[in-house]
Amino acid sequence: MGVPRFWREIPNRYNLIGVKCKNCNRVLFPPRFICPGCRRVGKLEPHKLKDRGKIVSFTVVHVPPNGFEGQAPYALAIVELEEGPRLTAQITDCDPNQVKIGDDVEMVFRRVGQEGEDGVIYYGYKARLV
Amino acid sequence: MDVGIIGYGVYIPRYRLKVEEVARVWGDDAERVKRGLLLEEKSVPGPDEDTATIAVEAACNAVKRGGVDPKEIGAIYVGSESHPYAVKPTATIVAEAIEATPNLTAADYEFACKAGTAGIQTCMGMVEARMMKYGMAIGADTAQGAPGDPLEYTAAAGGGALIIGKNGAGALATIEGTCSYTTDTPDFWRREMQPYPRHGGRFTGKPAYFKHVTSAASALLRQLQLTSRDFAYAVFHQPNGKFPLQVAKELGFSSEQVLPGLLVVKIGNTYSGSTMIGLAAVLDQAKPGERILMVSYGSGAGSDAFSVMVQDAIETKRDMAPKVLDYVNRGINIDYSTYARLRRLLVR
Ligand SMILES: [Zn+2]
Repeated sequence: MGVPRFWREIPNRYNLIGVKCKNCNRVLFPPRFICPGCRRVGKLEPHKLKDRGKIVSFTVVHVPPNGFEGQAPYALAIVELEEGPRLTAQITDCDPNQVKIGDDVEMVFRRVGQEGEDGVIYYGYKARLV
Repeated sequence: MDVGIIGYGVYIPRYRLKVEEVARVWGDDAERVKRGLLLEEKSVPGPDEDTATIAVEAACNAVKRGGVDPKEIGAIYVGSESHPYAVKPTATIVAEAIEATPNLTAADYEFACKAGTAGIQTCMGMVEARMMKYGMAIGADTAQGAPGDPLEYTAAAGGGALIIGKNGAGALATIEGTCSYTTDTPDFWRREMQPYPRHGGRFTGKPAYFKHVTSAASALLRQLQLTSRDFAYAVFHQPNGKFPLQVAKELGFSSEQVLPGLLVVKIGNTYSGSTMIGLAAVLDQAKPGERILMVSYGSGAGSDAFSVMVQDAIETKRDMAPKVLDYVNRGINIDYSTYARLRRLLVR
């Protein structure tokens, strides 16, 4: 990921800003330009998602990609937020063996990566068991 | 002054390192260290935490308690001695993460452990001068002591945030006054590009901590014509458990006034977070009409003293966000090797 792309996505990554369709009330994350339900009659507006959700599925990463070496093993989960959208997030602050499908989580602000020791630090959301 | 605290919030990382673990590695007598420092364990940040993430969670909690629209926050100051970037303000990251951008001023402050309270004073002045409706002051740190240094027992991580605004319906406490005491005292320092601080050993006590804390506190009490008996609580900077209790005694305060805000025993010295977390712990339990003395200390050296009077709004606001003890009590103990990995003393 390059710095410009990270910078463009800051509202989504920091604040879970997605979109909500004024026509059908569907909430979408990441944001889209067209409502998949209403198509042309859809009316999408920025919408801050509630920070609570549930773990739908997860895996434990033992062989991490570059930049995550110090954190393995860690749980990577699909979280369904209260308002419907699903997203992939690391589960932080826990023993990955404790994580269960159906666990309640809250989204928290953490470091998600960096461009090496002298590069930009990427912040964004992770999930924490509640 | 006609300013008060509109909201407050804290964050303390989850991992804990006990004195026994550090003592085991370096061959120290754990019981002696615990007695000497009046400290049992310290908080340790996770691998994905830094001063910015700690500041953000504390700030979010302050916004929840404050019940304010973040767009009305006109200034954010983040005080720390462990900003993640040397150049690139932590305050910009916090401002974005609480959606206070773009119409605000923001800056990072540095003054060892008192950079957060320096931010409170700036916000007080700006609110009083009607430059803005609300200002946010944050003190947050992920402090490091060199391996084997006595600081390793205490250097911890955590943060506190305050939203400052005009007194009135929204204020959960009023700030009656503030006084500072500052000198050039080389008791503790860290040079550019150096990973760990150095300190003057015993020199950090009498001419540094005690001189500055008592001078700032006494000046404030004189200015407001108050004595220790007018306060229900007192919060002093907490480099260890011993100093705040000792300085309280020198100033005529009892340990009963100090203990509710004395968190260092369970979380260590959170540096810029220390006095702000202590104040928050007191606000978590204080009743309207009770008065709190808060005195920070930053090496180098200086102290900021504040007199805070709790108001009725505390009763409705305090349960709007997690309390200090919620964070203190969810600790996970780790051993020294895990600590060494988390703090990157060991790197693969
Ligand atoms: Zn639609």
